[in-house]
This record gives sequence, C-alpha cells and structure tokens, in this order.
Amino acid sequence: MNKQLFSAGLAVLLLSGTAQAEEVFFEATGKLSGEFRGYFDEGKFSGQDYQTGTSFAIEPELFWELNGGSDTVTFTPFYRVDQHDEERTHGDVRELSWIHVADDWELRTGLRRVFWGVTEFNHLVDVINQTDAVEDSDGEDKLGQPMVNLSLVRDWGIVDLFILPGFRERTFAGNDGRLRSGLVVDTENARYESNDGDQHIDTAVRWSQSFDLYDVGLYWFKGTNRDPRFELGVNNAVPILVPVYEQMDQIGFDGQATIENWLWKLELLWRDTSAEQYTAMQAGVEYTFYGVAESAVDLGVLAEYGWDERGENADASFQNDLFIGSRITLNDEASTEFLAGLGYDIDYQSHSLFAEASSRFGENWKISLDARVFDAGDSKDPIVNIEQDDMVQLTADYYF
Amino acid sequence: MKLSSSMNLILAAVLAVSTPLMAQTPEERGLEISQEAKQRDLGWGDMQADMLMVLRNKQGQESVREIRLKSLEQENDGDKSLSIFDKPRDVKGTAFLSFSHPVGADDQWLYLPALKRVKRIASRNKSGPFMGSEFAFEDLSSFEIEKYSYKYIQDEACEAGQCFVVEQYPVDKNSGYTRRVVWLDHDEYRISKVEFYDRKNSLLKTLTFQGYQQYLGKYWRADLQQMTNHQNGKSTDLKWTGYKFQSGLNDSDFNKNTLKRSR
Repeated sequence: MNKQLFSAGLAVLLLSGTAQAEEVFFEATGKLSGEFRGYFDEGKFSGQDYQTGTSFAIEPELFWELNGGSDTVTFTPFYRVDQHDEERTHGDVRELSWIHVADDWELRTGLRRVFWGVTEFNHLVDVINQTDAVEDSDGEDKLGQPMVNLSLVRDWGIVDLFILPGFRERTFAGNDGRLRSGLVVDTENARYESNDGDQHIDTAVRWSQSFDLYDVGLYWFKGTNRDPRFELGVNNAVPILVPVYEQMDQIGFDGQATIENWLWKLELLWRDTSAEQYTAMQAGVEYTFYGVAESAVDLGVLAEYGWDERGENADASFQNDLFIGSRITLNDEASTEFLAGLGYDIDYQSHSLFAEASSRFGENWKISLDARVFDAGDSKDPIVNIEQDDMVQLTADYYF
Repeated sequence: MKLSSSMNLILAAVLAVSTPLMAQTPEERGLEISQEAKQRDLGWGDMQADMLMVLRNKQGQESVREIRLKSLEQENDGDKSLSIFDKPRDVKGTAFLSFSHPVGADDQWLYLPALKRVKRIASRNKSGPFMGSEFAFEDLSSFEIEKYSYKYIQDEACEAGQCFVVEQYPVDKNSGYTRRVVWLDHDEYRISKVEFYDRKNSLLKTLTFQGYQQYLGKYWRADLQQMTNHQNGKSTDLKWTGYKFQSGLNDSDFNKNTLKRSR
C-alpha cells in the first residue's frame, strides 16, 4: 500500500542519513503485552463456546533522529496473537513516518496516527484513523493511516492540511471471536461507494487554537467514511455482513474550557453522505477534587451526553446516551489509577459498565485489570449481541 | 564635653544604622531580598537540562524518573516550559507543556503518546505530588515575586556562610503551604535551604541545594536538590546535568506541535 510514498520518504531519509551519518541518533524501545480474558458466560453465537482467552502482543518502536533534530523517522510495527479469534490475530504498521521540522511548519509523511477530540466516553470527531476494533471495545486503538500532513504554526492558530492516500478497513471479530454481532463481518469483501475503492484519496483541513482558558478545533474532512454501513450477504452458504464504505463530507468541532477544577467539553459533528445528512454531539463536564482529605489522591467526576439526530435509526451506538464516571489517581510512586464508568441508553434502557485499574510494578512493568459489563434493555439495541460477553481482563505490559 | 561628644557620636552612629532599619519593615526587607534574588537571575533567555529524580521510600527502596526540561524566559510573564519524560518506561514520550503566569492559572497541556492525544489540563493542582515524588507541582514552577508575600526574619550562619532567612507566604489559595522559610546566602542570593510548612502550619518538608555552579558568568544552578518529607519519611533527590543556556530556543519550540513530537 502506497509504496511510492514510502520509498520516496525513505530515499530522502537515506540521503540525509548518509550526508550526516555521524549525527544520527537511534533508539529502540517497545512494549510486550500478555492478556488474559475471563468471560462470565459462554457467548451467544456459535464459535463463542469458551470462557477464557489468552493473547500476546508486541509493539516495538524504532526511532531515528537526523540533521540535528530537523528530521525524525519512527517505525512502530504491531502484532497480536489471539488464542481463539483468527481475526484478532493480526498485525499493523502503527507508524512508519518521517517528520521534517522547520521553524513555523512541519511536514509529516507516512503511516501515522492522529487524535482529535476532547471527550472521554466517545470519540465522535476523531476521524483520520480507522478503528482497530478487535483490540478493545472502547474504540481507542487505531490503525496507521497513510498521509502527507503539512502543519503550519501561525499566531492565529495551527493549520493542518492532510492528503490521505489509501483507506484502512475496520477490523472485526471473526467467527470464533467474542464481542461481535450475530452475523460475522466479511472483511474480505468490503464494498465501496467510490470507484477508487480503498485507493480513494481523502483530504482534510483543520484549524486549532488556544484562547486563554479555551482550546478549540474545527475541521472539514472529505473522503471515505471510516464507519461502514452493512449489507446482508452470503459466503459459502453462510449469511454474513458486508461492510460498505461510503463517501462523505464532514465538519467537526471540538472545544474545551478549562476553568479552575472544571473541564467543559464539547464535540459536534455534521456529516453528509449520499444517503443522509445529520448532526451529532458529545458533550460533558469533568470536575476534579484535588488532594482529597489532605491526601495526595485526586478524585475526578465525569458526566457526558451523546446525541445523534437520527435517533434510534442511527447506526451509531450513542444516539441518546448518558455517561457518568469517576477517575481516581493515587499520585503514588506506582502511578496507580482507577477509572470506572456507566453508560445508559435512554432510548433502549440499556446499560454498559466498565472499570479499569492500573499500576506500575518495578521500573518496567505495568499491570492493568479491566472489567466490562453489558446489559441490553431492548432486543432492538445492537448491544444485545454482546450481552453475554461480560468479562474481566488482566493485562501485563513489559516496557523495554 | 568629651563624654557628651562621644555620646553624640554613638547616638549618631546608632541613628545612622538604625534609621534605615526603622524605616524598613521586616515585610519590606523580605520583599527587597526576594526582588534582588529574582533580579540577579533575570536574562538567562533559554535553558535546557536533564533531570534525574530518585524517589526513596521509608524502607529506602528507590525508583527513578528521567525528564528532559526546556524553558524559555518571557518578558513580563512566567516562563514557558516543556518537560519530556524518558523514565519510567511506561510513560516514555509523555510530554508536558506549561505557560506559567505570575498571577492566575497557568496554561498546561499534556501529551499522551499511547493515544497520540494532547489534553489541556487544569493547573489548579498546585499542591499535588509531581510523578509520585516529594516535589509538589508548585515546588518545580518558576519563582515569581507576585506568588508570595514576604517577611525578613533574621541573618543566620548557613553552609554558604551568612544567610538571610525570609518567610514567604503563598498568595494562591490552592497552595499546599502556609509558608516557606527560605535561606539565601549574602554573597550571591542563592537559595541554600527551604522549609515547607503545611496547611496546619507544621513542618512538612525540607529542601536543600548543593553543588552550585555558575553559568554564563552569572546564573547559579544547583547540581543536587534534596527534598525530605518529615511527615511520611520519604525523600526525593533531584540531580541536574547537561545545563545549556542560550542555545537559541524561541516561542516556536513551545507549542502543541512541538509537544506532540517531543521525545
């Protein structure tokens, strides 16, 4: 994919590298993860008749700095092996990029990840990268996106111009994977609205700026919708879901006001596809009690609301949903943290609950314990598919 | 005659010595000393240094933090600074950008490399521990005259010879301290020791400065700062290396783009 882009980038790098070879700084770091999942029940669907699962992942990061820091190259491959799900056994190049920095601009070329947004329970306006959905149900894991990104720093803000050659399909759990819909998504036969298929060149422009207590961002994106819709299909006489990726225009806004102990957050989206036009919102607050009871502990309280103009017809999960949560930071040597949240779907009266705890052990280990509970209040809510996928997950990360 | 003239002389001498002292309250004297200390440290422009934190608990177990720091002096405002975390490994690549202000909230952003996310964070948390150490955020922020009111206590012998002892009372209601007692040496106005008193006005921590070195023939920086917490028995050493001044950093080295690619 996009071989020309990388060979061009690599050629530039090698040239600059040989020119000033003695000044190249190289560093190799990375992370090894072992993960154990325990499900409270067997799954709803065939292939899901197990209650424990083990998985391992590796994510090294190779980094070069040349020309006195004006050029950097980062290579971050990723690979996961999963005991049950062959779709979750997968690899990705999270990053293979070259960044060239000048005084008031920088050019970022290659596979990269970019995050936009301010809210915690849903990342509505985060559009550049495709979700690596087999990794976790929180949607925070992303696939590397090919891009050329020119970033201009001006007094009136930072402007980012993107050309995105090539599209990454979302990953979905396979037949033996948990946390999936009843029908398996056939990722081999994705359809596209554009004749260019996954070679469509997307574009985006974003402006962001900080005004005193307020941080805002506004963008326009034109290209392939990262969220597919699904069509029923048949593969070897087995009914399947075929992902269909449409073209869209999208305008997104994100803003945060940081006032004393309060964070006020707002994400707004307007999306225009050939089938529909709609707006959606995620908004909320976070309040932090610092140094609770004269201790070092910070306690944060979060509340958010997610809304989608299409209501129950929305294929998005958060169309009229309330979220509350709490973050506890011990501020100890081991950076121990707890995060818990509850999502409530007002239309379907469904609940989802998550809890996360993490702490550092020694200089190189981090242990996390996560729990996820799903409870559908209505069989029409898509969450009904994963009702029996309540689980706890123990993760050990080794950093090198 | 002789007696009275010598009496007059003594009287005159006493007056000459005591008049300025009488006119200057301990508060004014404390402010004056602090202003002189600040004045002597102006004009450094930009600075880079490597910071090694060694955290020690009651049992003597150690853990380390490695941070690189860049700061830029601002005229008529607090400094801009960028901190980049190298250790512990799980936070490697995390970076912290701060635009400090003498009065009011600082502007602060945190970059989380795992999510590639820049978060604007509340700067209200002055008294919280920095990276689990015995240094609070406010202990590491730049010294600004407006942040305290002052009172000169006395002169006292200290490691660097003679020291002024000045009490500083934080203006910010979010400070974790009722007062700091600061020892500054007479010759160079370098801080030799600081005692921190908690909100109940009991002694919480003592910070000592060792191995002062002079840079650009003017600016003194300590190689080692040792913070001891008297209430929980823990301590943190802050070892500074690689000080570089005036290497040409400017405002364009302190924005959200540089925050994202710092590592």
